[in-house]
Amino acid sequence: MSARIWTFGDDVDTDQIVPGRYAPYMRPDEDVANFAFIEARPDFAADARPGDVIVAGRNFGCGSSREYAVEALVRRRLGAVVAASFARIFYRNAVNLGLPLFVSAEAARVARDGDPAELDAAAGRLVVRDGEVALPAPPPFVLEILRAGGIAAYVRSTGRFPGAAG
Amino acid sequence: MRPTLAEAILSRAAGRDVRAGDLVVVEPDLVMAHDSLAPAIVKIMREQLGVERVARPDRVALVFDHVSPASTTGTANAQNAIRRFAAEQGIRLFDVGSGICHQVLVESGLARPGTIVIGSDSHSTSYGAVGAFGTGMGSTDVALALATGRTWLRVPETVRVVCEGRFRPGVGAKDLALKIGRELTIDGATYCAVEYHGLEWLPLSGRQTLASMAVEVGAKAGIVPPSGEVARTREVPEWLVADPTVPVAREVRIDLDRLEPQVALPHAVDRVVDLGEVAGTPVDVVFLGTCTNGRYDDMRAVADAVRGRRVADGVRLLVGPASRAELARALEDGTAAALVEAGASLMPPGCGPCMGRHLGTLGDGDVCLSTGNRNFRGRMGSPDARIYLASPLVAAATALAGRITHPEEIGR
Repeated sequence: MSARIWTFGDDVDTDQIVPGRYAPYMRPDEDVANFAFIEARPDFAADARPGDVIVAGRNFGCGSSREYAVEALVRRRLGAVVAASFARIFYRNAVNLGLPLFVSAEAARVARDGDPAELDAAAGRLVVRDGEVALPAPPPFVLEILRAGGIAAYVRSTGRFPGAAG
Repeated sequence: MRPTLAEAILSRAAGRDVRAGDLVVVEPDLVMAHDSLAPAIVKIMREQLGVERVARPDRVALVFDHVSPASTTGTANAQNAIRRFAAEQGIRLFDVGSGICHQVLVESGLARPGTIVIGSDSHSTSYGAVGAFGTGMGSTDVALALATGRTWLRVPETVRVVCEGRFRPGVGAKDLALKIGRELTIDGATYCAVEYHGLEWLPLSGRQTLASMAVEVGAKAGIVPPSGEVARTREVPEWLVADPTVPVAREVRIDLDRLEPQVALPHAVDRVVDLGEVAGTPVDVVFLGTCTNGRYDDMRAVADAVRGRRVADGVRLLVGPASRAELARALEDGTAAALVEAGASLMPPGCGPCMGRHLGTLGDGDVCLSTGNRNFRGRMGSPDARIYLASPLVAAATALAGRITHPEEIGR
């Protein structure tokens, strides 16, 4: 079964992605994957499959610092989030946990909810029912972190932080 | 060219002259984690980073505020594990009853002008109230900071908010914070630092209200130049000078003389209107509290309005003091008594129902007017509840009338 597109609007906040009441602190850690969009989009919580792609508008992931919002999507093995823009902490958390993010306003115009999705993250290409969207590569230091598999692996393997000399 | 406050603080910490867009590695002066995420942070430090000891325990603060006191055996056990961790590592712990992290670190003097504070909470922008560079990060970043004593940051561009005039009666810092959200929108300062000018006269509590809500316009930091009360009560480094003429990414001007009480409508922090547009909306719950508006000044403002009266029938007025020290002040001068006698439920210091976990979780159909900082759908409980955000003075008038009400309409 092929991957599919899940569309969302602007300003998807982290209370929509995983409500605070469903935090690992409040529930067993491993349950967090089941709570992705549990109230805002229960069909996603029930049916999202590995490789699926979220396409959204502006400011995806605004609100709290809760890394478990990203963790829930990583545990579902989401292919990528493509949005017109991202909130700062969510973007950093996603890079840190190795969840591919792409900034594209065009994707929301082309992709329809439920479209089959063919994502080539390395080539920067998303193919949906009505066309193809070019996905611009993230900045080089972000790519380095993503390639390492996240910030923990990056720091362990390089012994340094992004931006540090040598 | 002179730096912005964010550039000045990050240059100082990086040991070189940096500007917006540069990446820096710095040693934060303070790393904060609260009970909601400390368990995950400790786990990441140990299991993913393979580090057992915190690099700089003297620069770490743990605070129990998100579910405080514990509401379930799960949260109780998690808190006990963090108590043991703090004791083993020699880390200062602000245990149950101390208050909200952002209040506790400011009143204890740990967050200081010119320092860098990173926290496991998005409202860590609050430390900008004392002229610190405060920013929120996720659990892995905080775990890395604990393990190494360092973090990396991209130096932000700056958005300057220039205020002119003074608040009219019934209007205050929260109305300004909401107005800034209305002007900039929810993502208008994404990745930026916000600098607030023209507020030398604003007391610390109002600065905390403003800085806490910097993240609600997407900002990485929100810094009030240390002046007035902050400069009188804290040591301000001579290099920490805000220059209102430095070129910035964007400048907005706000005329305080014309500012009306503001209300954010469900379910977005930037869906803000003048109060008149929603006056008369019936409410079930009024919540006075949070890192944004749970201080003595806020409780006092409400107490002065409700003293000798009763909140409207059917309205639950919940009061969550921001800290033990703020509560102690409110107890000492009768402020707390006036609130309770008017019908308030006085809760322990902490975040209270702000994220819907305990102490006043909203049910289906509930309408709440909150002095907090977020009104996202489901934030305080049921996704079928509706949250309006407003100032403590509006909260007081609304609690008395049972409907969203202008502070000037209730007399006194």
